[in-house]
Amino acid sequence: PALGLFLFTIARDPLRIIILIAGAFFWLVSLLLSSLIWFIAVKASDPRDEQLQKGLLIFGVMFSVLLQEAFRFLYYKLLRKAIEGLVALSEDGCSPISIQQMAYVAGVGFGLMSGAFSMINLLADALGPGTVGIHGDSQLYFLTSAFMTMVLIFLHTFWGILFFHGCEHRCWWEITAVVVMHLAVSGSTFCNPLYVGSLVPSYLLMAAAATWAYLLSGGSAQNLRRFLLCKS
Amino acid sequence: MITFMNNSDSEEEPCNERTSLMSAESPPVPSYQDGLQASEAGEVPAHRKRRTGSSYSPNNIADGEMSDSGVPVRESALENEEEELTLKYGAKHVIMLFVPVTLCMIVVVATIKSVSFYTEKNGQLIYTPFSEDTPSVGQRLLNSVLNTIIMISVIVVMTVFLVLLYKYRCYKFIHGWLILSSLMLLFLFTYIYLGEVLKTYNVAMDYPTLFLIIWNFGAVGMICIHWKGPLQLQQAYLIMISALMALVFIKYLPEWSAWVILGAISIYDLMAVLCPKGPLRMLVETAQERNEPIFPALIYSSAMMWTVGMAKPDTAARGLRQQTRDAAEDGGENHRSPSHIDSQMSETRSPVPTRPITSLEELEEEERGVKLGLGDFIFYSVLVGKAAATASGDWNTTLACFVAILIGLCLTLLLLAVFKKALPALPISITFGLVFYFSTDNLVRPFMDTLASHQLYI
Repeated sequence: PALGLFLFTIARDPLRIIILIAGAFFWLVSLLLSSLIWFIAVKASDPRDEQLQKGLLIFGVMFSVLLQEAFRFLYYKLLRKAIEGLVALSEDGCSPISIQQMAYVAGVGFGLMSGAFSMINLLADALGPGTVGIHGDSQLYFLTSAFMTMVLIFLHTFWGILFFHGCEHRCWWEITAVVVMHLAVSGSTFCNPLYVGSLVPSYLLMAAAATWAYLLSGGSAQNLRRFLLCKS
Repeated sequence: MITFMNNSDSEEEPCNERTSLMSAESPPVPSYQDGLQASEAGEVPAHRKRRTGSSYSPNNIADGEMSDSGVPVRESALENEEEELTLKYGAKHVIMLFVPVTLCMIVVVATIKSVSFYTEKNGQLIYTPFSEDTPSVGQRLLNSVLNTIIMISVIVVMTVFLVLLYKYRCYKFIHGWLILSSLMLLFLFTYIYLGEVLKTYNVAMDYPTLFLIIWNFGAVGMICIHWKGPLQLQQAYLIMISALMALVFIKYLPEWSAWVILGAISIYDLMAVLCPKGPLRMLVETAQERNEPIFPALIYSSAMMWTVGMAKPDTAARGLRQQTRDAAEDGGENHRSPSHIDSQMSETRSPVPTRPITSLEELEEEERGVKLGLGDFIFYSVLVGKAAATASGDWNTTLACFVAILIGLCLTLLLLAVFKKALPALPISITFGLVFYFSTDNLVRPFMDTLASHQLYI
């Protein structure tokens, strides 16, 4: 689905592609830094202590979430400056791309990158021979991973919109809400392999974020109805 | 490797504009293959659009100021009108370069992953005589550094040789050399590649069919590259050639040497293009002085060149005229590397977006694209291919390198718009790529693996 989003909405306009790749890049950098921190922490600690390792992992995840949000903020700043530049350059005084579109594209960029990193090795292994869950792990590993990744990509997209909107209008609570949601989703994955605990809340949160973002972008129930009934 | 964009010389001052804006394509640096001289990626001088073409990029606040630098007075009127189009074109050009680079990398990665031939160690090039099978780390490092020095010096010698030939107008020699190398590339390497692919998929093919296929492929390739042909076909051939070259490099360069060579080549590129006495820069300038297009077979051009004659008042809103450049004219450009295929800029293309015509001065179509040297393609693909071949983190690392290279390309094009002259395309991208490769492989991979095993998501 995320790929479909990409193809239909982003691939047409070169500016959006650039913003997308830059967004992916920012996510990558945040991942790099967070894994650096985690790596140092692991090396500095005792590798045999299971609990400690688990604790460190949790700490790593939380830290990574915070870093991702920080980078999203940095990216927002960068895009603000870019908009100013674009406006200055364009002849009729308005930028060829709006901040909301940028927010959307940035969110997709983040999401795609995070999804790709989460899924791609899995996919590559899935092509080869093997049995899922042979060591007593869940047999639904691939399926749940796929769903989780999809929900995460969508969430990133919506968070992008919400986040940028919050920054634009200086609604700090929106921003904190996004951060808290992200933390919550990541935290819920700790319940894996008890999938009920992680997938369901994630989907609920995604639905909530989706409606919120939709409303923020100017949609309404009427628009939705008109769209579904094909502009009748 | 330089990137450059053709500026639309439409603006008024035909002479000055034309000569100063003409982008010289720098011939690719010679690359070597066993016994054959392949020139390496030529740097393409960056021709920037007159306007702050790439002002699409984010940090383009300077663009506003930039557009005034060095622009003829007459232009200012046109400038404003064209800002917006330029902006759009700017982003478009980046994408026009993204696509072929991406395609090339995809081909290389796909081949590496599926055909095992290219990851077997069956020997080394004669240009990298020191083996890396030594027991100690220090010895290995030393060997790789020595290999690099030899390789770089060979490249430098070839480049200087080519520049000298160009300066003294030994066009025939250069031309012949390029033809020979592209011939070898098209036929021999394609044959090997096809053979390996067929082996991998266990498909049988008889010799006559094989001969027919390769003959057609090679003949059309030669025509397309050195003479005229549809733009897309040319671009496709260029991409394929770059991919083949990159595969050869990946196969025959030992591990550490490859990384050190990548690093050294970007430094060399930086120096060769920016230093006043650098060979590539001299090449670019000489080509510019002589008003000649750069070597056909060394540069990838993303768009066709439209040029308009001097005083063509009737160029209508279209304002495009195609100019055919023949190979003879291009004589000056030599392929330094067989791998560089210069897209003949003489292709003409029909649909052209209308530009606001300001007056009846001849307007040149701004559809000139950005030009990127083939060596750039090759080295980007070598980086990504090596990442795919040797990284234990597999796809994550490859993906990270890919994104890093694209971002580097973006930044380079941005700088191109700022500086408006030929720029090396390698350093930024390769630096990013190397940094990301090593960091992803060593830092991110354990993190992601642990996360994945617990199925945690960040």
